[in-house]
Amino acid sequence: MEAKQYIGEGWKHAILIIGAIVVLLPFYMMVSMSLKSQQEIQSISGGLIGAQETQTFPVCVKTGYSEEECTMKPYKYNYWFAFEKAPIPRYLMNGVIVTLSIFIIQVLVALPCAYALAKLRFYGREFVFSMVLFCLLIPVHGIALPLYVMLAQAGLVDTYSALILPWTISVFGIFLMRQFFMTVPDELIDAARMDGMGEYAIVWKVMLPTAIPALLAFAIFSVVAHWNDYFWPRMVITGNRDLFTPPLGIREFRGGIDSDEFGPMMASIVTVTVPLIVAFIIAQKRFIEGITLTGMK
Amino acid sequence: MGTISLKNISKSFGSTQVLNNLNVDIQDGEFLTLVGPSGCGKSTLLRIIAGLEQQTSGDVLIDNKNVNKIRASERDLAMVFQSYALYPHLTVRRNLETPLRLRDYNAFERLPLIGNFSPNKKSKTESINQLVNKTSETLQISELLDRKPGQLSGGQRQRVALGRAMVREPVAFLMDEPLSNLDAALRVHMRSELSELHNSLKTTFVYVTHDQAEALTMSSRMAVMIDGNLLQLDTPQEVYDNPSSLSVAQFVGSPKINIFNGSSDSSGTVNFLNVNLKRKSSESNSDLHIGIRPEHLEITNNKDENTFSGTVAYRENLGSDIYFHVNIEDNSKKIIVRGLPQFTHQITNGSSVNIKRDSNKALLFNQTGMRIHFNNAMG
Repeated sequence: MEAKQYIGEGWKHAILIIGAIVVLLPFYMMVSMSLKSQQEIQSISGGLIGAQETQTFPVCVKTGYSEEECTMKPYKYNYWFAFEKAPIPRYLMNGVIVTLSIFIIQVLVALPCAYALAKLRFYGREFVFSMVLFCLLIPVHGIALPLYVMLAQAGLVDTYSALILPWTISVFGIFLMRQFFMTVPDELIDAARMDGMGEYAIVWKVMLPTAIPALLAFAIFSVVAHWNDYFWPRMVITGNRDLFTPPLGIREFRGGIDSDEFGPMMASIVTVTVPLIVAFIIAQKRFIEGITLTGMK
Repeated sequence: MGTISLKNISKSFGSTQVLNNLNVDIQDGEFLTLVGPSGCGKSTLLRIIAGLEQQTSGDVLIDNKNVNKIRASERDLAMVFQSYALYPHLTVRRNLETPLRLRDYNAFERLPLIGNFSPNKKSKTESINQLVNKTSETLQISELLDRKPGQLSGGQRQRVALGRAMVREPVAFLMDEPLSNLDAALRVHMRSELSELHNSLKTTFVYVTHDQAEALTMSSRMAVMIDGNLLQLDTPQEVYDNPSSLSVAQFVGSPKINIFNGSSDSSGTVNFLNVNLKRKSSESNSDLHIGIRPEHLEITNNKDENTFSGTVAYRENLGSDIYFHVNIEDNSKKIIVRGLPQFTHQITNGSSVNIKRDSNKALLFNQTGMRIHFNNAMG
């Protein structure tokens, strides 16, 4: 009886392990390639970290460094050259500036909106809420061109504003927070009113602290989406490398005169991915709470 | 001062009329209970006093000042809610401080960090601390000040909610069923505590409850509301002894008053079951409801023309009293009779009993439920 049970459990785990491998394999490849030399990558040899033989890298020499400077172990070269070739810290900083600005403004807009939609009685509330739901259905790419034209008319192409402004009103955020606020008891709000709080004070001092789990879930959706977004920055950042976000930065390693060199490219991707993974590990517990709370995505 | 006057208050939600032209004068220092079955509009009335809800028509006067256009926060009233509604993310101390901070600090002083540079903030903070400490000592919650509401029991939360209302020393306290989330024993205990608190604060209390026992025990006057109408506003004893209508008589008192169908003849003599009342009704030749409370009925061994008989269907033992639910012939409803345990311990379910009534205790109501008085006080 017990043995049978173990076999049953074993099957489940075997299937899950296969699934996990399929999902993790690309990440394994990414890390592995960021450590190996170009030859090992192209011949698909060397296992996880390759032989790590000290060698001179021709692309590096072509770029203008001395042979001495270009002689080192592959893993060191890949990461060193990634940072030499592209201002990765600058890209990371841009990513932080853009995603944080977007998130903060989204919260500033979404919380009062969600509060009004969930707790205030006003004429046309149902209509406004149905418009919010309607906006959820519009794909971003559908309105990308008009948005671009409007930004261009305003002279904002190639600025931080172009990266941030179109995303400041998140209907998803409004919807998510509204659903959460519906569960907050009315009496709490009445109590705050009796204590002398105005409506804005209620939003920031009562609703915001009670909504932290939902807000964290939204933070992760928002930050991940905009940190990884390639489409929009590619459209509105046309020339100025100082404004590149991490995904645009990775593109620097593709093609060009020195052909594709995968080692440094993968090293830069690892660098770009790590902050998100670290953030996820830190917020993991809250994140799962938030997702089960909203039951979405 | 803390007088509250409600003048011709009506409220409707869409086409549903919730409150029907109510007039109530609440005196300074009074403990007024709004009592009625759920859905009778008593909470709505309280919220209108508080300013959380706007009346459809009529005026609210606090200390003879019309407050129709004044926001809830500026009416200087404090409210205690059924669910306590404490701020879950703040400690008990901060919960108590919140109304004071909002009242005493100006907008600049409320700012984090830079607010501390205001020259007056320090003295204000000290007076706030003093008030919080004083209140928490009165309510015996001093040792809870650093906990969060989630770590408190129901009774403790109740005290904190009271404290948050008290610190501000408001004109009046509004309480919306504050005891109904507590267990039975604690509820009875908190009743006496609330009464004591009212005696020591001498502030106006407006208290909403559906529990007529709370209304009877605590209030100086009680207002009985049913279906958005104010049916009677009087002292608890008067409401109990002299209900103005059948609905009030049925709502107040536990167990419920017994209602018999009867009639009066041309001379005004009231007859029900096989019994004639000695007192004459002021309304002759009409069908009547006769109400007699369970404690005015008694189980007796003697059978005569003033008693009626029936069989015990259910014996409800409360320790100090035993209530007998008795089936009577010719009366569709069971009637309830109180008996003292020492005299009635041998009576069990199914026993046949004779029931005697105390004289001068019957209440008369006409077919529309209005109270009818007797012509004279005799018999």
